[in-house]
Amino acid sequence: MDANGIRTDGRRWDELRPLKMEVGVVRNADGSALIEWGKNKIIAAVYGPKEMHPKHLELADRAFLKCRYHMAPFSVDERKNPAPSRREIEISKVIREALQPALFLEDYPRTAIQIYVEVLQSDGGSRVAGVTASSLALADAGINMRDMVCGSAVGKVDGKVVLDLNDIEDKEGSGDMPFTFMPNLNQVTLLQMDGLFTHDEFAQAIELAKVGGMKVYKLQREALLKKYFSGRSAESSSGSAEMMEEA
Amino acid sequence: MIVTGDYRPGMFVQRRGNDLVALRIGLAEIVRNDVKVIPLSGAYMPRVEDLVVGKVVNVTGYGWEADINSCFVGYLPGSFVFGRDFSPATHDLNQRFTVGDLLLAKIEAFDRTRDPQLSIRGPNLGKIPRGEVTKISPMKVPRLIGRKGYMINMIAELTNLEIKVGQNGVIVLDGPEEGVKKAMEVIQLIEAEAHNADLTNKVQQMLGASPSAPPMEAAGAENSGE
Repeated sequence: MDANGIRTDGRRWDELRPLKMEVGVVRNADGSALIEWGKNKIIAAVYGPKEMHPKHLELADRAFLKCRYHMAPFSVDERKNPAPSRREIEISKVIREALQPALFLEDYPRTAIQIYVEVLQSDGGSRVAGVTASSLALADAGINMRDMVCGSAVGKVDGKVVLDLNDIEDKEGSGDMPFTFMPNLNQVTLLQMDGLFTHDEFAQAIELAKVGGMKVYKLQREALLKKYFSGRSAESSSGSAEMMEEA
Repeated sequence: MIVTGDYRPGMFVQRRGNDLVALRIGLAEIVRNDVKVIPLSGAYMPRVEDLVVGKVVNVTGYGWEADINSCFVGYLPGSFVFGRDFSPATHDLNQRFTVGDLLLAKIEAFDRTRDPQLSIRGPNLGKIPRGEVTKISPMKVPRLIGRKGYMINMIAELTNLEIKVGQNGVIVLDGPEEGVKKAMEVIQLIEAEAHNADLTNKVQQMLGASPSAPPMEAAGAENSGE
């Protein structure tokens, strides 16, 4: 960060990177979304609810949520081995657990819902971007949800709390905190922390992440509205119908 | 969130304090005190009394298993077909329906703890002997059928087809090839623009020429539809 508080990519401390979302990009999936967040390019695809395989793992009272986060070999500077790494397995798990509270899994007993998160190009904060995209894909797939899930990472660069770290800040900075939440319920679903934050910094970081997350949520809504309600003529004949959207 | 106040939550709507929230992307409909959401996407969830088109995927000793385009397989017990005195020893299930056969069936029972039970008791239910199969999103089936079957009857009439539509989104078209082609186009249009008003007119326009009319006219009607 320079003397004026401008970051390596020209942002101020409370600014997000450019963010773009699109819903329904994978034809064969039941729901899908593409997110471009800074230099991140991530596709999330949802399949299901469908029959659970292997059968012995099915749950009698709810759906089995499966999630795979995978980075393409060309998504980073140096070719990445396509085999799932320790890090990818961890991120798969945290994405799954970040989305689980938002879903009515009990509405789909004995089935499986599979989420694929494919990172085509990576920058900092890809797990949060992955959760945001997956949440869009789940909504697109028409799975009953309590709320959307969105979020943003916060971190510490040069001793200052900043919003939405990019790759350089992630590597050079002294702290990093991915954060996702359900904006309408105001409940946190994912909170990880790397580095050291004081109590005050932590509180400040959470507030900042929520503000950033709300901006992300707005874009999520827009992306869904665009797919489902764009080009809609005045109103349908039933008259009482009104435009609305997920939660 | 749809609305605040004293309303009754209906399909895909949940009460949260004094607010009602939607659980799906869809159109909210408020009729007096009832609020419901008509979803615009999603997989097929079996409901009792639904008509579905299923494909037999397995014949067991006691019945048939059919793929009903859902996360559950439909089960048609032998006793529903052969009657009370059904016994695996005396009746050959394969002779009646075999793997690959299409069935028009009704969901007899379903409570999510067990696979849905099918039945073929009822008018026109049973094996579908021939036809062209196509699929649309199950959430758009009501639009394809229309009010009291208005839309689907119109398509069937104008294309000279016999059309069977399952609530699970599987459609079987039977009749002259030309009609099948046209009906497929219309069905695709409905799928793409299900949430738009004025669909009936559009479809009518698309099928404007009667199926026996010269192809010139038919091509013209198609272009104007685009």
